[in-house]
Amino acid sequence: MLDSVIFYFFAGVAVLSAALMVTRRNAVHSAVLLATALLATAGIFLQLRAEFLFIAQIILYVGGIMVLFIFVIMLVRLDVALHQIRFRFQKWVALAVALALGGEITAVLLLARRLPGQGLLIQAPASADKLPPNSEELARSLFSSYLLPFEISSVLLLVAMVGAVVMAKKRTDDQ
Amino acid sequence: MSPTVQAILAFLQAWWVEIVCGVVIVAVVPLIAGYVVLVERKLMADMQARLGPMRVGPHGLLQPIADAVKLLIKEDIIPDNADKLIFWLAPVISMVAAMTSMGAIAFGPTFQVARDINVGILFVIGVSSLGLLGIILGGWASNSHYSILGAIRSTAQLVSYETAAGFAIVSALLLAGTLKIRAIVDAQQQSGVWFIFLAPIAFFIYLVASIAETNRAPFDLPEAESELVAGYMTEYSGFRWALYFLGEYANMIVVGSVATTLFLGGWLRPFPSVHWLDWLDTLPPLMIAVVGVYCVYRAGKQPARVQTWFMWAVALACFALALIFAVPLFVAPLKFVQPGLHGAFWFLLKVSGYIYLFMWLRFTLPRYRFDQLMHLGWYILIPLAIVNVLSVGVAMIFESEFGWNRWLALVLTTLFTLAIAMLLVNLYDKRRTADSSSAAVATDRYAG
Repeated sequence: MLDSVIFYFFAGVAVLSAALMVTRRNAVHSAVLLATALLATAGIFLQLRAEFLFIAQIILYVGGIMVLFIFVIMLVRLDVALHQIRFRFQKWVALAVALALGGEITAVLLLARRLPGQGLLIQAPASADKLPPNSEELARSLFSSYLLPFEISSVLLLVAMVGAVVMAKKRTDDQ
Repeated sequence: MSPTVQAILAFLQAWWVEIVCGVVIVAVVPLIAGYVVLVERKLMADMQARLGPMRVGPHGLLQPIADAVKLLIKEDIIPDNADKLIFWLAPVISMVAAMTSMGAIAFGPTFQVARDINVGILFVIGVSSLGLLGIILGGWASNSHYSILGAIRSTAQLVSYETAAGFAIVSALLLAGTLKIRAIVDAQQQSGVWFIFLAPIAFFIYLVASIAETNRAPFDLPEAESELVAGYMTEYSGFRWALYFLGEYANMIVVGSVATTLFLGGWLRPFPSVHWLDWLDTLPPLMIAVVGVYCVYRAGKQPARVQTWFMWAVALACFALALIFAVPLFVAPLKFVQPGLHGAFWFLLKVSGYIYLFMWLRFTLPRYRFDQLMHLGWYILIPLAIVNVLSVGVAMIFESEFGWNRWLALVLTTLFTLAIAMLLVNLYDKRRTADSSSAAVATDRYAG
């Protein structure tokens, strides 16, 4: 009971702030609303007892990425009129993509109900105190079963980081 | 254990205890923050051979309350061109982030709101870093050059130093082997030594980084009054300003608590597992009683009768508190409250010591220039923190795989890290002399 109240609260906040985020004109307001949506998603993770995912979401998305995001928005003054013209066409594309995605998710959910054992497997939730501590579990699977994908993605991230440094450095040399 | 005691214990385990703890934090932290400000002003005055606030109450003891009332009834000004909504929201974000992160801190073995949250220490760090959003948004919403420059400085500084602080915390977590706050303190009890002695470099890095993260001198560039008026809170006044201020002091308590938990043994008394030093348990009531005796001594020297009475009241409160702390030592059935009570005392004492260190540094060191601050962060602290994580890890491997003595392994790797630190400083010095000898003197790109 309490679980579903918490879920609907956070889900409602997430959906509402996501919708408001898309419709706001002011970029900083949109960024704040995006942060709210991300925080609400983190709340849902916590309600699902995924504590590590919850805090990773807060540290990485809300703490790290959002800060840089707002930073950029603050410094780059987007010309409002240009902005509106550019996004007028995108509205219809966005609508089409949203409808397609919505249709796909609905179809998957409906099929999961229709065909037992073939669609989504809905498991009975384990009680909270019987769950294994999830940061330990995550570390174990990350560094044993999924070591290769983990290493590959870390190399990718390293490449991206080196690339960012190189690009930034070139610009300062030109000045 | 008698049934009455068991009934009391069961009563204390009820679900609403956590809510009460939360309410206590929200209610008491602003008061503590006010008195931290008073202590800071008094210390500053003492170090500068002045008296500091003396007018409101004896020795200015009621000054924080007078300040709070003043801020509450002050005119609330919002600049015309400010973004009203975000101007209103920003200080709230700062404050809420600091307060929320306190929820996971264990102020003693029993006083903790979010009990045994599996990612405890990450929660504290992650949520308290959200306060940065409040600073940036406040600086932007004020629509003022000083504000936005302060906010930008603050962001650059926090993002840089959080990396170093994070690595320093990882070093301590390697030693503890867990993220749970209570388990970290328990690990220090089991190893019989605080982690500051096992990882001194990590503690030092965390100390420097936490000063920078709380925007305090010598790293208080975001609010450097000689350059930026008051930085991101230039346009704020009255109670909104008070919220920022409260958030800042609450953040100081948070970083002090994190350092205490990770490096200074949390709520453990000194030498927690040495039994012939058990007489140290009598220190908390004795220390409080000494404060009371000092108040009695000062009471006779007050200029006004009201102030004498006030001093007597403070002294009596101290004696009552000392009695409360002494009871579990001598009354066997009440022994079970001792860990919680004395734990809270030791924890708060350590946090106060940490904050005292902050203030001492503030009154001792001149402010850094912004490029110096950034260079210190990126050229010295972050590489050093990374090397330190590696060497603590190597020491752990030496201990567990090759059966080395823990102290030997840690001392060797710490010396190695120190050598790297010397190398880094040396490299930085060379680079700086090379920079200044070539004609192009580096312009301060962040100064605005």
